[in-house]
Amino acid sequence: MTDAEALRRTPLYALHVELGAKLVPFAGYEMPVQYPAGILKEHLHTREKAGLFDVSHMGQAFLHGANPAAALEKLAPSDFIGLKEGQQRYGLLLNAEGGIKDDFMASRLAGESAMYLVVNASMKDSDFAHISRELAGEVALEQRPDRALLALQGPAAGAVLEKLSPGIDSLTFMRVRRAVVAGVEAIVSRTGYTGEDGFEISVGGQDAEKLARALLADPDVMPIGLGARDSLRLEAGLCLYGHDIDETTDPAEANLVWAIGKRRKTEKGFPAADKIMERVLNGTARKRVGIRPEGRAPAREGTEIADKTGRIIGKITSGGFGPSLNAPVAMGYVESAFAADGSEIDLIVRGKPVPAKVAPMPFVPNRYKRGA
Amino acid sequence: MSKTYYTDQHEWIRVEGDEGTVGITSHATEQLGDVVFVEVPSVGKTVAKGGEAAVVESVKAASEVYSPVSGTVTAGNNDLADDPARVNADPEGEGWFFKLKLSNPAELDGLMTAEQYLDFAKDH
Repeated sequence: MTDAEALRRTPLYALHVELGAKLVPFAGYEMPVQYPAGILKEHLHTREKAGLFDVSHMGQAFLHGANPAAALEKLAPSDFIGLKEGQQRYGLLLNAEGGIKDDFMASRLAGESAMYLVVNASMKDSDFAHISRELAGEVALEQRPDRALLALQGPAAGAVLEKLSPGIDSLTFMRVRRAVVAGVEAIVSRTGYTGEDGFEISVGGQDAEKLARALLADPDVMPIGLGARDSLRLEAGLCLYGHDIDETTDPAEANLVWAIGKRRKTEKGFPAADKIMERVLNGTARKRVGIRPEGRAPAREGTEIADKTGRIIGKITSGGFGPSLNAPVAMGYVESAFAADGSEIDLIVRGKPVPAKVAPMPFVPNRYKRGA
Repeated sequence: MSKTYYTDQHEWIRVEGDEGTVGITSHATEQLGDVVFVEVPSVGKTVAKGGEAAVVESVKAASEVYSPVSGTVTAGNNDLADDPARVNADPEGEGWFFKLKLSNPAELDGLMTAEQYLDFAKDH
């Protein structure tokens, strides 16, 4: 996919161009990687005020059926049946061996029987095909490529959105509801992928630009590209699919056991449940950990991790510079013996060992607005 | 009298006598975005024309900086270690990377003038 003409565009494409975005190919779309302010300023602005992200490339769908939550539990280990009206939950789509096919969000909207799903852009075709095939006869998947998705993230997000949709600030973390925002019908969830308080707002594609302009009219809001989205989510210790998790990693070694519902740990009934629960109980050979390199040199994805004798013990899956910390940060997999916080390791950067320590994540404390 | 030359890898070299100062162009910094880390060569290191001499990292990616000519490094800009943003703020001034003593000044003949480089950079 190097041919720009083959790339798809979101409904906000013209606005990105108008705002001076630098556009790059991403997951089959032409997406803004940064705006004229640059990644550092965009990142810090999101942590200080509010950033607006176009995430319309992600896959949106409704899962219809007699009991879509029960059906979805066959493919993912979350407690979807226990999801109350107005709640959203993080899910992991697993393959038959327990490897992670994708991560996604599932919501139950008040008064609606269908479940609302959001999946990763690069995986949406395969996810939707997998769900339709595996759950054929039980559910009908209604893809919604006509919908756009905007994320408003940062400490000012609640106050900004409240002005455009009175009452919306009463939503708490991982809660979702339909609302009218700036005169536009929307599905609003209090979630995001930056570690900050914030919202994801799903609207019809035809309304996306109107909503984006209304949000950008607020002096606290700045447009943010994929570059800062990546550094923000890395500081927040959140996995990027295809990098930190994929079909070769399972929830136990990826440290995502929290995404397995309490009820489901005993009831099971999800792919490779016995194998995964055995690994949860008895441990895994490797673990996903946070890493703080000493000095300022960032260690990028693919960098080998060694112990102090030079033996290779793992690999970095996401790494770069954390603007909020003014220091490099990374995450990756290491042999479990080195997974404890404070473990001293070396990162092989351009052939030379750079000392580093295993560190707790998130690197920057998250500021979700949790309910009582 | 100094004279500045440019490479097709977006480095510049300002030459006075047999001494040169090397950095990356403002066009390169615009492409890179915010610079967050710079590794400069140590004094005494010999570098070859077109060989890796320094590393510059933006938030997103790492890039090599190649020496425009062959020579021996006489200074590295150590101020960049604490303040890499100087590269963005003043790429062809305070954001210089290293100085070197040229071992073969004739190599300058193959480099671009400012005018030639500006024309080249439009498409690169």
